[in-house]
Amino acid sequence: MYQLLKELLAFLRARRKWWLLPIVVALLLVGALIAVSASSPLGPFVYPLF
Amino acid sequence: MTILGISAFYHDSAACVLRDGRLVAAAQEERFTRVKHDASFPEAAIRSCLAQAGIEPSGIDEVAFYEKPLAKLDRVMETAAAVAPRGLRSFASRLPAWFTEKARLPDLLRRRLGYRGPILYCEHHESHAASSFFPSPFEEAAILTVDGVGEWATNTVGVGRGGRVELLQELLFPHSLGLLYSAFTEFLGFAVNSDEYKVMGLAPFGEPRYVDRILERLLDLKEDGSYRLDLSFFAFLEGERTVNSRFADLFGLPPRRPEAAIRPADMDLARSIQAVTDEVLLRQARHAHRLTGLKNLCLAGGVALNCVTNGRILREGPFSRVWIQPAAGDAGGCIGAAYVAWHHVQGQPRIADPRDAMEGALLGPGIGGDEAEEALARSGIPGRRLDDDALFDAVTGLLADGKVVGWCRGRMEFGPRALGHRSILADPRRPDMQRRVNEKIKFREGFRPFAPAVLRERVTEWFDLDTDSPYMLLVAEVARSKRVARDPGSPEPEGLDRLHVARSVIPAVTHVDGSARVQTVSADVDPDFHRLLRSFEARTGCPVLLNTSFNLRGEPIVRTPGDACRTFRACHLDALVVDSWLVERPEGLPIVPLPPPRPGADAATPKRLRRFGLELSAGLLAAAGLTLWAWESPRAALGLAIAATLLAVFAWVRPSGLAAVERPWMRTVRVVAGGLSFLLTAVVHLALVTPIGLIRRAFRPDPLGLRPDRARSSWWSARVARAPDPESYRHPF
Repeated sequence: MYQLLKELLAFLRARRKWWLLPIVVALLLVGALIAVSASSPLGPFVYPLF
Repeated sequence: MTILGISAFYHDSAACVLRDGRLVAAAQEERFTRVKHDASFPEAAIRSCLAQAGIEPSGIDEVAFYEKPLAKLDRVMETAAAVAPRGLRSFASRLPAWFTEKARLPDLLRRRLGYRGPILYCEHHESHAASSFFPSPFEEAAILTVDGVGEWATNTVGVGRGGRVELLQELLFPHSLGLLYSAFTEFLGFAVNSDEYKVMGLAPFGEPRYVDRILERLLDLKEDGSYRLDLSFFAFLEGERTVNSRFADLFGLPPRRPEAAIRPADMDLARSIQAVTDEVLLRQARHAHRLTGLKNLCLAGGVALNCVTNGRILREGPFSRVWIQPAAGDAGGCIGAAYVAWHHVQGQPRIADPRDAMEGALLGPGIGGDEAEEALARSGIPGRRLDDDALFDAVTGLLADGKVVGWCRGRMEFGPRALGHRSILADPRRPDMQRRVNEKIKFREGFRPFAPAVLRERVTEWFDLDTDSPYMLLVAEVARSKRVARDPGSPEPEGLDRLHVARSVIPAVTHVDGSARVQTVSADVDPDFHRLLRSFEARTGCPVLLNTSFNLRGEPIVRTPGDACRTFRACHLDALVVDSWLVERPEGLPIVPLPPPRPGADAATPKRLRRFGLELSAGLLAAAGLTLWAWESPRAALGLAIAATLLAVFAWVRPSGLAAVERPWMRTVRVVAGGLSFLLTAVVHLALVTPIGLIRRAFRPDPLGLRPDRARSSWWSARVARAPDPESYRHPF
């Protein structure tokens, strides 16, 4: 995840696409949540929190 | 040095191993998971390639991935912002997978293979270009790559020389010949990224009466083959579908529903889009020739699997020789990426192999010692083990008697074509054979054509072709001397009825327009299959066999003897050859449908089951604590704690006991997670993508370059010429 974040920031800097930052951060959070919850049997107990 | 090439996460995941510049193995994931066009991380294909190369994952020096995921994300985001608030459904259903899967290649390599070494990322079309040039027999060549879309490019012109491939010009998304062809594929009721070849097969039955309408309304095609689409007819920017209602209005008919009867207009549409594709690529070939001044052409990208167009480029184009990557679609991208790592990053020189470096595309796993015998025993099919002389003699006799034979020997082919190692074979001289194999054996549409495999040394006698076509990627006319003169008194039937007219002495492999998709078989590339053809010729005088892939409709081609036996049981094949074993169908052998695919990732290992039980038990313990704290109910808390302890002990001691619970539980978890991720991503689209997109469009009204400009002379964009920078491949953008 750290490596991905580093590459994403390098990409935004190189292409000057800072407008993507809020979208990418939001999607990263969603992605992390889904990745963790979809692989755990406790997922159904976590979802009601949202 | 060992380089592992990977293509994955869109469709047709695949892997290859390049050792010291030589391709030693390549395989597609679908052949292992039995999920057609499987797009998942190709773990099974990787392990198979490594096994064939005789190395462990620790022996990999570099991994080369076939595209740049962040550059692709850039295109997806720009497109979403350019069309928002439209496109919410597509955005919400596709984006989560990017973050949970596509961006996690390093994690997947580490967790699944224990690989922590360098990962190189090539551009999608650079991978295609490299896959077409580096294994080709040419010292230098012009290169054309054409597909749906990679990162931004959809179509490129380049040049390959020595150890370097350079892309010179490109066309950018959303203007894409591949997507245009896919739009017609979907409109005609077939599956996108899968059934495009059905459109190609349907085309000869129709008339090209929509060509002018396509060129006038859908496509601004320039003399140099560059083009722009009129996006007002298409829906792929914002939706799950490729075309909208304007597209249907343009042709005055609704889309064909899958499995509905084929209408005459469907055939005309297929013929028209095929003619347009031919025209675009012929113009591009002439442009590439002018640009590079070279006499050889290399082709790759999904559209390069269109062998009708390829045949026309060879016959009518300006190039002396044409070589097409046999796995021209995304699967072959892994080969290009591996070669880029070897030549561009490692700086290794290239010596062209005059035959080509694809080893006849026979790069997949072979058949192990007793594998065939065991598979037959498991399937309950009685077989005979024969030496080669007896086997070839028996099979030749069966084929000459009109039997249809499943043939599974040697290493599996890489790419979409079966080339005589995982094939269904039959006598092409029998007029009823095409219908019989289509309907009784492969259970597919009756119009679908079959290809002839012919001895290389006999090809000019039987076809209007005088070059190698070892990968079945060129269409040529059946030789005039082998054609059957039609009775001038009988009228030519219309539409699919034209199928019933024999047009040559090998009608089962002759298309209604007198053409055939030829595979030449050379003794030096494939001695085994060559021997069978020679044997058939000796008995019948015909050096041609009908060769189609050994699979049923909707199934991947068989890989193992077990797959071959199951497929044999599931259809009406008359005989089966697996390695040295021959099976002749016993009377009354019942048909047993193929089992549904079971992807390897779903296999419940003891480790995974133990973890499942322990996590669930931890959840129960947490619930016990919550019960005690929130509801002050010690009895309920104690009950939950005891249940948690028992579950933990059970999971630790006998994890296999949880298998029956784990699968449906986790399936439910994934369904719920999918729904939640859709909802959350939709919120991101509404709250962030839409306002940002609207603000950007206020300042830059046409961000994707959709406006037509018929006055322009070319749509090609020049790429900045630069020497390969090894450092640039280390970033996924």
